Amino acid sequence: MIRFDNVSKRYPGGHDALRNLTLDIDRGELVFVTGHSGAGKSTLLRLIGLIERPTRGQLLIDKRSTRGVKRRGLPAYRRDIGMVFQDHKLLFDRTVFDNVALPLVIAGVGHRETGRRVRAALDQVDLLRKEKQLPETLSSGEQQRVGIARAIVGRPKILIADEPTGNLDPELSLGIMNLFERFQEIGVTLLIASHDVALIGALGHRRITLADGELQSDSNAPIDQEEAFTF
Amino acid sequence: MGNYFARHLQVLIASLGKLRVAPVASLLTILVVAITLSLPAALHVVIKNALLVSGGWQGAVDFSLYLQPDIDEGGAANLAKLLESRADILQVTLINADAALEEFAASSGFGDALDALSENPLPHTLVVRPIASLNAEASALLKQELSSLPETDIVQLDTEWVSRFQAILKLVRRAVWLAAGMLAIALLVVIGNTIRLDIQNRRDEIEIMQLVGASDGFIRRPFLYTGFWYGLGGGVLALAVIALATQMLRGPVAELASLYGGGWTLRGLDMREMGIVVTTGIALGLFGSWFATARHMRRIDPK
Repeated sequence: MIRFDNVSKRYPGGHDALRNLTLDIDRGELVFVTGHSGAGKSTLLRLIGLIERPTRGQLLIDKRSTRGVKRRGLPAYRRDIGMVFQDHKLLFDRTVFDNVALPLVIAGVGHRETGRRVRAALDQVDLLRKEKQLPETLSSGEQQRVGIARAIVGRPKILIADEPTGNLDPELSLGIMNLFERFQEIGVTLLIASHDVALIGALGHRRITLADGELQSDSNAPIDQEEAFTF
Repeated sequence: MGNYFARHLQVLIASLGKLRVAPVASLLTILVVAITLSLPAALHVVIKNALLVSGGWQGAVDFSLYLQPDIDEGGAANLAKLLESRADILQVTLINADAALEEFAASSGFGDALDALSENPLPHTLVVRPIASLNAEASALLKQELSSLPETDIVQLDTEWVSRFQAILKLVRRAVWLAAGMLAIALLVVIGNTIRLDIQNRRDEIEIMQLVGASDGFIRRPFLYTGFWYGLGGGVLALAVIALATQMLRGPVAELASLYGGGWTLRGLDMREMGIVVTTGIALGLFGSWFATARHMRRIDPK
């Protein structure tokens, strides 16, 4: 589903964010990306969202190179990819409902269908009762869930999340991660960047560790479940 | 398709609502648009009225009636009295041939040369002033009648200065068009700049929309409609300003007209001209915002 083929990314100024990364992620996988800050986690996700382009190598999504996606093609490309950001990136002058509805409005989905799907997404993140509120009146965890609802409302094939639990307490973080696991069950491919090693270990999914822009380890091996639950 | 129009309508209304968020700034922009539109429109009204009025003058100017050389002063005076009794003539003034020659000699500088002439080559002349309400048709008829009098040599209608005046007006009108063109460019800059600021203020919002898959066209739409509202608002306000101004001038103008015995009244903009003012406002608003979005939207890329 997602294939990094010897991808390098060098930012203007000479910083190498990724070096010769080769990686395969299958459809329906849930993959955690970990590593220290500056290891290249965010860059990896931003390449998938085409917020950045590889300096060398190529990225294939669904067996198709992203090189062919020009500026005009970006909107259509991004509608297939749900993105969750650490800083939520919500529109603060619009209600929770309108924020979540945004991808559907953009895609030109009808009024009735939009309402139905937005409420379904809000129900999944357990925010149905707050649909008329403005994001400001919500807690950080709730805002993050609005961001997640917006990312999934368009039924993307791929969902990428950059530090989705960055500033949440452990209980809320676990709740969010469980939510992602439910999306995996319905066939969404997920990439989640996180430095919360303890939480990731407890969940036991495939785990890619980056160090200084290079692939350090790629482990499918789940950590012992009983040990995990002691976190 | 209906859905498509419904969405456009929705954005159109929503962009109107956005103007309410910054009412002072929006009103200022609309005011600038209105003033810029009303300047050339007001000048147009002035010129239009001046042309109408001077068109009326064509029929109400003096005739110069040059009499046959064999008519003496007494005959000329009799003819003057006879003509003055007509209903379509207000006044007849006799210009004595000798007086005319003296005046000509004094004003032309040909005094010495004229002294060499054995007799006065000038005929007696009657200046015939018709009544003010005489129209062009009746005026032409009068001219014909005067020409056919046995005492008449030549009849001249003193319309040249009116023609010149109208030529000047037409020149001024062209200058107004030029000024209007420059004001239109200024208007594009004003609207473009307002939209540019709007784009900068909503940069975060635009980035978010791009991240969730909005096309440039989709992001652009509300800005274009904002430009539309600026143009429409400015155009309508310009019409109001001009209507108010003509209303305020109507009284004094009617007074002035009655002093000159004319029946004309001040005319404001007609429906067609109003349509042009509003359409121009809308077109400039759309074009200005289109230009601004084309220039500045591409510079925004999500980070």
